[in-house]
Amino acid sequence: MGRRVAAYPPLLLAACVLVALVAAIPLAFVVGYTVSTGWDEAWRLLVRPRIGELLVNTARLTLGCMVLTAVLGTGAAWLVERTTLPGRRIWNALLAAPLAVPAFVTSFGWVSLTPAVEGYWGALLIVTVSYYPLVFLPAAAALRGLDPALEETARALGHGPWRTFLRVVLPQLRPAVLGGSLLVGLHLLAEFGALQMLRYPTFTTAIFDQYESAFNAPAANMLATVLVLCCALLLTAELRLRGRRRYARVGRGAARSLEPVRLRGWTAPALVALFAVVALALGVPMGSLVHWLVVGASTAFPVASLVTTAATSIGLGLLAALLTTALALPVAWLSVRYRGSVSTLLERSTYVANALPGIVVALALITVSIRFVPSAYQTTGVLLVGYAILFLPRAMVSARAAIAQAPPVLEDVAHSLGTRGATTLRRVILPLIAPGVGAGAALVFLAVVTELTATLLLAPIGTRTLATEFWSHSSDIAYGAAAPYAALMVAISAPATYLLTRRTRNTS
Amino acid sequence: MTALAIRQVTKSFGPVSALTGVDLDVPAQSFTAVLGPSGCGKTTLLRLIAGFAAPDGGTIAFGDQQVAGPGVFVPPQRRQVGYVPQEGALFPHLDVAANITFGLPRAARRSGERLAELLDLVELGRDVATRYPHELSGGQQQRVALARALAPKPSIVLLDEPFSSLDAALRLGTARAVAQALRAANATAVLVTHDQDEALSLADQVAVMRSGRLVQAAAPDVVYASPADPAVAAFVGAAVLLPGTVRGGTADCALGAVAVAPGAVEGAAHLLIRPEQIRILAGSDAVPAAEGVLARVGEVAYFGHDATVRLQLEPSGPEVVARVMGTRTPAAGERVRLAVDGVAAAFPANGH
Repeated sequence: MGRRVAAYPPLLLAACVLVALVAAIPLAFVVGYTVSTGWDEAWRLLVRPRIGELLVNTARLTLGCMVLTAVLGTGAAWLVERTTLPGRRIWNALLAAPLAVPAFVTSFGWVSLTPAVEGYWGALLIVTVSYYPLVFLPAAAALRGLDPALEETARALGHGPWRTFLRVVLPQLRPAVLGGSLLVGLHLLAEFGALQMLRYPTFTTAIFDQYESAFNAPAANMLATVLVLCCALLLTAELRLRGRRRYARVGRGAARSLEPVRLRGWTAPALVALFAVVALALGVPMGSLVHWLVVGASTAFPVASLVTTAATSIGLGLLAALLTTALALPVAWLSVRYRGSVSTLLERSTYVANALPGIVVALALITVSIRFVPSAYQTTGVLLVGYAILFLPRAMVSARAAIAQAPPVLEDVAHSLGTRGATTLRRVILPLIAPGVGAGAALVFLAVVTELTATLLLAPIGTRTLATEFWSHSSDIAYGAAAPYAALMVAISAPATYLLTRRTRNTS
Repeated sequence: MTALAIRQVTKSFGPVSALTGVDLDVPAQSFTAVLGPSGCGKTTLLRLIAGFAAPDGGTIAFGDQQVAGPGVFVPPQRRQVGYVPQEGALFPHLDVAANITFGLPRAARRSGERLAELLDLVELGRDVATRYPHELSGGQQQRVALARALAPKPSIVLLDEPFSSLDAALRLGTARAVAQALRAANATAVLVTHDQDEALSLADQVAVMRSGRLVQAAAPDVVYASPADPAVAAFVGAAVLLPGTVRGGTADCALGAVAVAPGAVEGAAHLLIRPEQIRILAGSDAVPAAEGVLARVGEVAYFGHDATVRLQLEPSGPEVVARVMGTRTPAAGERVRLAVDGVAAAFPANGH
């Protein structure tokens, strides 16, 4: 009956293997480096009080932030999606908005106002308000997708609203919330700018310092290995916790929406709480940014430099988006259209970068290019490859979803109606996959424009982007001079982020 | 004239044999239903006709032009077949008008004349033309899919279980409209289905398939009344199979003497009697032993328009099922007399 799996087309397969090899460079570097260093040397580099300190710092910040974002994200999602809270649409947009502000800009906003946020508690506050949308958005989408009949059934079986939430709603939110806080954890392990600014040392900031200031490559590389192990630990934990459970709606028909929970006397406290979140996440950093813009404008407003750095950032973003999409398309096509163990392996290999901090990818590319292609070292090409490896997962997710929207039966129909291969591609497949693939490219573009860590390490000397220029000014505590670059980054990423979050809202 | 001739077609997927030596003739402007359980190879057969796959052996010819065979393979875009897949598979990025005119040359796509014709043909309003597939009901989607297939005036229209995803209420109306549109377009149609009622009620010819073979191809009433073997008999409708002995046009079995079709087997046989052939005479106390076979009424399933009644033949015969009018349903436990209307089909007792 069903369609049979055809053999892998050799050219496509070769292209996909090439992409997988490129994506595997950072991991190969980490493994290769660790093996070649040897046990004794590794032991000498790792077993030091400094490492223990970093480990504790990184762990308590990551875990604290994961717990806080899970609670904050889920709570906010429930208030917005399931209650009679006034102004739910506006809250929805406001609560998702911090996603458009890079964490290092939020951090800049706070630290330029008061040095009191330096240290653990300040760092915890700032990363939490920067990253909770990563839980809020999937949790809200999951709440919207829940079948109200399940809750109604629980109520009919004698459960009160609170027990229903605990026993029926929360377990169904688990994949979304867990997935979201895992993402928060991975982001935190990779976070450099925000924490460096707050003088809160973690593995990532320590790697940067070792490499940039101490020029101690072996120590940096060894730290990178530990960082990758931490990421791997998080990924395994998530896979374990998620288990094999599946939460699917059984049966057909459109789900109705559930009667919202009446907040009554709790309306005011709920509003105050959400207002506080938005004020901490957006109000303070944006207010501070505006303040420094005004201050900076009174002294100097470097229009020429702003234009050239913005052009560089946008140009790099476009090139990286193009390259990443070009790399993602063959793998996505193979994994959707030719299911099998080989295509699954190739697909998975492109997701490895999900668990690799930008700093590790950058170190890997530096080492590999110096060792094997010295002429490529410190070129835009290597920077673009770095972006592509880092953001391949984003392009892959969109491309896969888009290709799945164009099932082979549509090609069959088109052929039966007399169109040939190329015409079918132009009239059926491209129009169907273009929006999804385009959205993936937009995501890559956004990520590149606000990328700091890998850009600092990989950009050729003389290449100044919005992020690096912002960074060099704010490192010199020239807050007024740094502010315009941050404002431009936010201005570029805000509209697109808004559109993309609206899209996920509609599709999930 | 034969529009489609399939000869000794075989197809296997790796070690799995999907079709073994299938022969089928489809007369021009007729409606043929390929009927079989899932996994019998009927969809594979359809895909071979459409040209989405090539047969391993045998030939397929459209009229006098061979489209698949040794050294010959005409690709789907040059076969001029209309294809209506399961669930319609409308192009989601195009509106109804663009979907229907997809296969037409550019000039005809613009004119809109053919579009109006086709909308009328499948009984859809003109206002539907600007809607997108997700704004249509399942039945409307299937009609658009048919209009799209008919637009380039194909030589053959292939329908792959087009109604299976529709609700029971929609299914009848849509199937009727589709069959009518096909007749109005003078199209030759091949429908693949696992639904006996659909096949029997829509088609001029029913081709029954089983495990990759074509078992019988004939008019619906022939397939129903004179099935090729007991399995076909049971597949196309409810059947009572009783052992018996045939002598000179009459069979002797647990239901008494029953007429069998002329030219049937002689001697030991399996007799096929349809439930609606079994007639319940009346309460046995009222009609004393004059005619018929004595039975006790068991379980009664009442459907309104009719009812099926399980009957235990007395004193210790087999259980049979009768279909009776809803207005004449006996009560469980009642003792009744049975007679058999019409002719039974007989199969040799040893063969199966």
